[in-house]
Amino acid sequence: MAEPLIRIENVVKQYTRDTQVLTVLDGLSLEVDKGEFVALMGPSGSGKTTLLNLIAGIDRPTSGRILVGADEVSSMSEGALAKWRSENVGFIFQLYNLVPVLTAFENVELPLLLTRLSKAERKKQAETALAVVALSDRLDHYPRQLSGGQEQRVAIARAIATDPALLVADEPTGDLDSKSGEEILVLLERLHSEFGKTIVMVTHDPKAAARAHRLVHLDKGVLKEDVRAKGEKGEIGVAAAAAIAAGK
Amino acid sequence: MLGIPLKYNVRNLFVRKVTTTLTVLGIALVVAVFLCVMALGEGLTRVFTASGSEKNVLVLRQNSQSELQSGLGRDQIPLIRALPGIEKDADGKPLVSAELVVVLNLDKRDGGSSNVTIRGVEEKGMALRPQMKLTEGRPFVPGTSEVIVAESVAKRFKGAEVGQEIRFGAYRWKVVGHFDAGGTAPDSEIWTDSEGMLNTFQRGGFSSVLARTTDRAARDQFIAGVAGDARLALEGKVERTYYDDQTSTAAPIKFLGFFVGIVMAIGACFGAMNTMYAAVSSRTREIATLRALGFSRLSILFSFVLESIALAFIGGVVGCALAFLLVKVALSGVTGTTNFATFAEVVFAFRLTPQLLLTGIVFSLVMGFFGGLFPAGRAAFTKITAALRQVG
Ligand SMILES: Nc1ncnc2c1ncn2[C@@H]1O[C@H](COP(=O)(O)OP(=O)(O)O)[C@@H](O)[C@H]1O
Ligand SMILES: [Mg+2]
Repeated sequence: MAEPLIRIENVVKQYTRDTQVLTVLDGLSLEVDKGEFVALMGPSGSGKTTLLNLIAGIDRPTSGRILVGADEVSSMSEGALAKWRSENVGFIFQLYNLVPVLTAFENVELPLLLTRLSKAERKKQAETALAVVALSDRLDHYPRQLSGGQEQRVAIARAIATDPALLVADEPTGDLDSKSGEEILVLLERLHSEFGKTIVMVTHDPKAAARAHRLVHLDKGVLKEDVRAKGEKGEIGVAAAAAIAAGK
Repeated sequence: MLGIPLKYNVRNLFVRKVTTTLTVLGIALVVAVFLCVMALGEGLTRVFTASGSEKNVLVLRQNSQSELQSGLGRDQIPLIRALPGIEKDADGKPLVSAELVVVLNLDKRDGGSSNVTIRGVEEKGMALRPQMKLTEGRPFVPGTSEVIVAESVAKRFKGAEVGQEIRFGAYRWKVVGHFDAGGTAPDSEIWTDSEGMLNTFQRGGFSSVLARTTDRAARDQFIAGVAGDARLALEGKVERTYYDDQTSTAAPIKFLGFFVGIVMAIGACFGAMNTMYAAVSSRTREIATLRALGFSRLSILFSFVLESIALAFIGGVVGCALAFLLVKVALSGVTGTTNFATFAEVVFAFRLTPQLLLTGIVFSLVMGFFGGLFPAGRAAFTKITAALRQVG
């Protein structure tokens, strides 16, 4: 059953500022199975976003290999990577990153413009995605006419519009009140359980991490903890997550 | 086309109302000024190049630059008439007109005075210039001191209405009609009978002879005939060529148009560039998001260049409209300038042709392209991860 979707092999990521070399990820290795819901935790600056960006193919490691499915993301060209992302990854951001001048429908249609789908097919698929996030009645609303929670749901609809296997979310509830945040977590949970998405989610919030089925704790660019929930539909649990986040 | 939809760019232009408006106005102004100067050059060119037919030959004294410098004896006229190649009018008479040109300094309506060409023609003078039409009154009667005046001259000079009298020193001419020559040379002239004018000014001879030839071969034959007769000491010039040689008046104006246009365009280019840089930097995170979603660098580049071109296009259209209004309303009257070949005033109108308007639009698109190129490059080549971290 455990078939790895993501294989991170001995990845190093360094930034060079002037003459100083900053090592953000220091020889990190990690495998994520197909269909897993992983929460990535760790203190600020520990390299969570950096790791997520590498997995999603918007950044490249200094050394090491990253494979997603059969594709070696770490060695693809810029152009090939762009095409790969459009087919394989859905992005969910902390600040939603919707295009303000486009309606909810148009935002969700955006990634579909990169496919060969006809206009009618795009419409059907975008509407389906918006139905999944329960925003069928907001198709023609602009982002500024929506609440933060609704904006994030539109962003999730955009992320799943092309039906990618992998969803990456960088603090998806970080800018939301707890009620809206809860809705988003329920939605992610559903995408995982109902639609079989593999989800990698960066979060600070133990309550959010508790929803995941596996918790990876990063500190100073190395893996500190890697906990899997037990049982069939088990979750990490808030207390455990909090304890791990606190560095126990 | 795997691109970002155009509505994305158009809506963004409308979202930043103020900067868009200012940039559009800047570009519009440049296009309008460029078009006005070019329209002036175009008007002048029209006066000269549209004047003169390929079939007409103007006979002048050898080596004369203009009709004013030329002189033909009365006795030479029959010799010219007898040369082969001249076309006959419907009434069987040859299409030839011996003409006398004098420049007079006449009073203008708005005070001051200016030089005007008064031309004496023979019976076939008008038939030789088919673009001429009588717009008011009647033709002058030969042998009297009656004149017809170009519409555009009548608008500018005193006593030039039909029924009035034009005065110059002791001379008096009764205005019996107005004519229009479709923007060609006679539009700057007053016409009368050449025989009468010889008497009035006590001249012994004419300035020139204009003759219509039947075709190209006949024309060359006629010109050779004029040159071949040593007694004449005359030369024949194709009328079109004669006027083309005087077009040099328009050349510096067109040059000025291009020069002013290009200098201002560079300014407007920087304006557009500034606007687009601001647009790109305020949308850094948005652009990074588009790229994360899988839009290629090329499609981002294309999209932002297109946005800049769209911005400039609006400016171009507004500029054309502005120039059109300006030419129609403020510069609607005819204007005079001095023809440096004859020192008489040449009357012309600003001519904003469709081609010129098209040039204005193309001009604005070029500004948009160059203004947008570098900002679009910045949008396409910023690192996605760095751009995504940008807040706001
Ligand atoms: N483009 C960059 N240039 C230099 N340093 C960077 C860059 N991006 C991130 N960093 C640094 O890398 C470290 C890890 O950042 P990040 O992955 O965003 O951490 P986290 O998401 O866990 O808070 C931080 O110290 C950050 O300052
Ligand atoms: Mg982060």
